[in-house]
Amino acid sequence: MAFFISESSQGEYVMKKILSGNEAIARGAFEAGVSFISAYPGTPSTEILQTVANEYPAIHAEWTPNEKVALEVAAGASYAGARCMAVMKHVGVNVAADPLMTLPYTLIRGGFVLVSADDPELFSSQNEQDNRHYARFAKMPMLEPSTSQEAKDFMVEAVRISEEFETPVMLRTTTRISHSMGVVELGGENGCRTPSLERHPAEWVMLPANARARHPVIEERIRSLKVYSDASPLNVMEMGSPKLGIISSGVAYQYAKEALPHASFLKLGLSYPLPEDLVRKFAAQVDELWVVEELDPFMEEQVKALGIDCHGKDRLPLCGELNPDIIRGAVMGIALQDGDQPDLPPRPPSMCPGCPHRSMLWALKRNKCFIAGDIGCYTLGFLPPLSAIDTCLCMGAGINHAHGMATVFGPGKEKIVAVIGDSTFYHSGITGLLNLAYNKGAALIVILDNSTTAMTGSQDHPGTGVTVRGERTVNLDLENLVRALGIGWVRTVDPYDVKQTRKDVKEALAFEGPSVIISKAPCVLLKSRNVPGRALTVDTDACTGCKVCIGLGCPAIEFRDEKAHISDMCVGCGVCADLCAPGAIGGEK
Amino acid sequence: MNVLMTGVGGQGIILASDMLSEVMMRSGCDVKKSEIHGMAQRGGSVMSHVRFAERVDSPLIPFGGCDILLSFEELEAARYLKYLKKDATVIINQYRLAPPAVVSGSRKYPDVVPFLRERTPNIHLVPGTAIAEEMGNARGVNIILLGLLSTLLDPPESAWYDAINSMLKEKIRAANIEGFKRGRQIKIQ
Ligand code: SF4
Ligand code: SF4
Repeated sequence: MAFFISESSQGEYVMKKILSGNEAIARGAFEAGVSFISAYPGTPSTEILQTVANEYPAIHAEWTPNEKVALEVAAGASYAGARCMAVMKHVGVNVAADPLMTLPYTLIRGGFVLVSADDPELFSSQNEQDNRHYARFAKMPMLEPSTSQEAKDFMVEAVRISEEFETPVMLRTTTRISHSMGVVELGGENGCRTPSLERHPAEWVMLPANARARHPVIEERIRSLKVYSDASPLNVMEMGSPKLGIISSGVAYQYAKEALPHASFLKLGLSYPLPEDLVRKFAAQVDELWVVEELDPFMEEQVKALGIDCHGKDRLPLCGELNPDIIRGAVMGIALQDGDQPDLPPRPPSMCPGCPHRSMLWALKRNKCFIAGDIGCYTLGFLPPLSAIDTCLCMGAGINHAHGMATVFGPGKEKIVAVIGDSTFYHSGITGLLNLAYNKGAALIVILDNSTTAMTGSQDHPGTGVTVRGERTVNLDLENLVRALGIGWVRTVDPYDVKQTRKDVKEALAFEGPSVIISKAPCVLLKSRNVPGRALTVDTDACTGCKVCIGLGCPAIEFRDEKAHISDMCVGCGVCADLCAPGAIGGEK
Repeated sequence: MNVLMTGVGGQGIILASDMLSEVMMRSGCDVKKSEIHGMAQRGGSVMSHVRFAERVDSPLIPFGGCDILLSFEELEAARYLKYLKKDATVIINQYRLAPPAVVSGSRKYPDVVPFLRERTPNIHLVPGTAIAEEMGNARGVNIILLGLLSTLLDPPESAWYDAINSMLKEKIRAANIEGFKRGRQIKIQ
């Protein structure tokens, strides 16, 4: 978006820009002199690396196959002296948790920032875990911006704290920070650090003797950070009425400020370690104390542990995101005034018209398979009328569910299948498939290869042959990889060829050992898509109203006046036409 | 001032709310805007909150705080009634996109105007999609509706063209400016 120059309160000219929290973090990384960023796409964090790749060419940016890799390569960059950042969504931190828990034991050279983007309300996630616990768990400081401006400024501060205390720092956002836009005054660039080779075996080789010696260092460091937190300009008291005091952080602070503008606030930007003296001081100045935070009582429990009584989750919800009305209602003790909402037909998201996943899921369902699902657009195949996904737990779990179930049932009893997208397969499906082959499993695994990470808005990955900056790179051969893992029956199919797909599924299900179908067709949002792009039509005289085509759940097919109709959203993939027994679907408009 | 834009993923709501935010920032306001990306974009319902004033705290509009609701689709206009101020201005693009339950024939597409009337008398149905189709680009409905919205706000017409020029690629500027002008001609009382 365009820059805009305006006059600041001091009469100087400042560059202003409207930025999302994610764009602001990318800008902050640039201003902080970060030179290395790694990430795996995940809503709501994805745009951070994309912005860096598009706007800051001097920063090395890479999509990694998963978050563990992202964290470890960034740690390598830090050991070499570069400022770096690893970016992921909240559940991605679970994947990276193994290195994360030991990283603080090691010596951080170049500033290291872990960005964790949480998703209260589960707009696009499988859970709403509160990742602030990770900061405490791994004993590293955490910053929580509450606006786009702070997202940028705190990023710069995070790098500084990281280098001053030789610790990784967590910058925690939530969806409403990452995806909200606000006016940001831009700052200057700090310059990168030049890498240099050093050896610190006692601080970098984490075998028991060394790690044992490092543990007290972390404890001492977190104690000094507590003192630092008390004095940090990121933690501020804003005194209003002494009747009501609110301790808050992140977007919850903005909601509370909107709802209760006259209250006194202790706004925490550096929320872990908690500035204990500041909390005591603030609590002593107000009559009634509240801790207003989304999800878990993370700060509240620490405040109570200081022997300070306060309200919080006794009145505020533990689940979902907050908003100004919920907070006002809880603090003032009044019921929410949201009136009657008419009962409208819901509009959930659905797979795109012409999505290549649709016919494959349909073929599996026709064969009465139990379909262990995974994370991606195809998870939406769970919705009626397709109703084709039976499990979804986390990235890569589907293959393992299928193997566990199929093994328990034994050969030939139930048709247990797993579906997994290409990006998800590279993320954490490979080890599952290896296990299945090694332990003589028999499930059918369908890799839905649409040549992109579609759900998060089309990111490249090791199977696309292109980097985040659009440069050509090695292109993984999926079929050979699957064979190398030990799978004997592998076939690549075109899911738009409905008849052949059904035949191949039957054959794979009949095969005694493990089998893999690679269902290969590009996502219809890609330029390389393999559909004509012109809408088909229904010959309403020939249509018998059997509703078979409706079973596909394609948003372009509507059932009206006992007949099917196709709208101009249709991209002409032809799958519904193949299913239509009287041959009523065809031609172009 | 609080503007809520609603509709269906893929209708260009995000670009419209981006442009509104840009214009209001340039006119000296503090601006915040919030919407959801990701899964919600696969044809699901979409809502974008845009707030501008001397100072804005919450990126979300409080219940009962919305001054103008601009809905790109009829049904979506009634999904967020709790946000409407009494007497809010509601502009509804005359366009119906059947949600899944209507597609499958299990429910009827509802008439939403009566629900809205309980909240406000200022309801305007406008033929944004028809105009866009007549201009030869159904996807241009967002800029037409933005043109209409601009007539209800303070910034001068030229401020909008500045934003269009700085935010859009040259190739598509002329068509967007034309659509914007057509939107400004839509009359509501
Ligand atoms: S984005 Fe691609 S993969 Fe996702 S639903 Fe649409 S066509 Fe399918
Ligand atoms: S051809 Fe049929 S299934 Fe494919 S996009 Fe068009 S209506 Fe949907």
